[in-house]
Amino acid sequence: MSRGTMKLERRRSQPRTSAGRWILYVVVGLIILYLIFPILVVIPLSFSSAHYLTFPPPGFSLQWYHKFFSRSDWRNAAFLSLWIACSVMVLATLLGTAASLGLVRGRFRGRQSINTFLVSPMVVPSIIVAIGLYFFYARIGLIGHPIALIVAHTALAVPFVVVNVSATLYGFDERLEFAAMNLGANRWQTFRQVTLPIIRPGVMAGALFAFITSWDELIVALFVSGTGAVTLPRKMWDSIRFEIDPTIAAVSTLLIVFTATLFVSAELLRRRSERLRTVIVTEVE
Amino acid sequence: MAESTASVSIADQTESAGRNRATLARLRREVQLRYIAVVIPLILYLLFFYAYPVIAMLFRSVSEPTWSLTNYSHLVQTNVYVHVMWITVWISIVVTICTLILGYPVAYLISSVTTTKSNLLIVLVLVPFWTSILVRTYAWMVLLGRQGIINELLQSLGIIDQPLRLLNTRFAVYVSMVHILLPFMILPLYSVMRGIDRSVLRAAEGLGARPSAVFRQVMLPLSLPGVAAGCLLVFILSLGFYITPALVGGPKDLMISVLIAQQVDLFNWAFASALAAVLLVGALLIFVIFNRILGVEKIFGEVRS
Repeated sequence: MSRGTMKLERRRSQPRTSAGRWILYVVVGLIILYLIFPILVVIPLSFSSAHYLTFPPPGFSLQWYHKFFSRSDWRNAAFLSLWIACSVMVLATLLGTAASLGLVRGRFRGRQSINTFLVSPMVVPSIIVAIGLYFFYARIGLIGHPIALIVAHTALAVPFVVVNVSATLYGFDERLEFAAMNLGANRWQTFRQVTLPIIRPGVMAGALFAFITSWDELIVALFVSGTGAVTLPRKMWDSIRFEIDPTIAAVSTLLIVFTATLFVSAELLRRRSERLRTVIVTEVE
Repeated sequence: MAESTASVSIADQTESAGRNRATLARLRREVQLRYIAVVIPLILYLLFFYAYPVIAMLFRSVSEPTWSLTNYSHLVQTNVYVHVMWITVWISIVVTICTLILGYPVAYLISSVTTTKSNLLIVLVLVPFWTSILVRTYAWMVLLGRQGIINELLQSLGIIDQPLRLLNTRFAVYVSMVHILLPFMILPLYSVMRGIDRSVLRAAEGLGARPSAVFRQVMLPLSLPGVAAGCLLVFILSLGFYITPALVGGPKDLMISVLIAQQVDLFNWAFASALAAVLLVGALLIFVIFNRILGVEKIFGEVRS
């Protein structure tokens, strides 16, 4: 078929497809609105001057932010969550990255089953892990201790590290490592200077997932945090159930901004490292 | 003399080749051992802090109060509990179908527009994906409450006189669960659709197929792996949903996770364990099917990019 006829074909079918296309745009626009709108709705409520939830807000006020920052129970919950999430991020990233290296590179039997086991916390309903750990901690007396949450959240977060790091390792040219070792680098130097820079996007994505998993985790916290380790989601849950004031809207707004910032900076980092990677690859080639 | 030297050197060569092979095999083994060694810490960690507590809990369901299947027969013989399981499965089915209907066109559009547009759309899908479930559920409470935005709006427009009861209904559970799980449908669908060769679609068009036929006979069959993966993922996540049904559902919308939590609070630990065992078996069965159809890695690897 020559170019001319092809163009003709396309022009003839144009009106019909573009009408269908137009409907598709509208439908998808509405679905995206359904996804985004509820999240945006919370933001104006957090600046409300009313003492109860009402829409539209009668006036502007920062009282709920003031309440959040001035009350020590809210502040402590936020700091505790941050501390737990950072510990989980470090622990899960170390354990998960090492395991991914072994799983993707190793040629031992049972790799597939081990892999399935390691990523299974991702699909086992959290309530099951939560009550299993609750009974376990109740026996050893660890309920209400931050360590209990770090340990539990790491188990829930580690599959995301394994999956993300494995994905980058599959596309990895092992000869780069052989070349480094051939040039006299020892194993550690090779890992630090060759392997790690290449798999870094996967490691960072995994670390981010691990952080968010712990930061947002509620179900395990409901059972395990007791009165001694109240995390931010746990505090929010209590607040939603027992107090009805817009503080929770202020907290939600802060969380939306926090996650969006995290997400955007991660995306920028990813793009930067991808750019660097392309530069290296083109230079090598 | 010359002959014997030659034979010696050949013997030497074979010997050194054998030695080399042996060294290589030893090195390979060492490298393999090292790979096994770096996996072991995580295996031990998960065995101790994840598998053991869960297995001990399952054990409890048959060992307390005495060694028997009492907890399970109690579960099966009590209408309320059977009903809860049925509600859980039903809600999960409805949510899965709704997310598929809403997710398919979105994934289709993302996979068929230019990179700039698709990047923007992906961000719009990922923003809710990254926002905490608790925040999103709260947003729905604000929208659907008696003095919520929807009721206020309908009243000010004069469509209704009395606020509608929207919160703590089955409707609220569906709307908010579909909202929360929609990205989990869109991402696997998109990852499969992105891999579909567009020239196949154009070929069908060129051969005179109508757009509806192109979709039905080419696009749909090629995107089926994504449909299967998305549906199973959403279904499995719905089965274990806790936060959303607990906050926006009514007493008639009790899902199995909420029931488990109630039983734990009532100190019926053995019975809660039996319920958890039922949920776990259901989820694992689907996970195994899911893993066969499309690896977990593919789905969650996509979320990143």
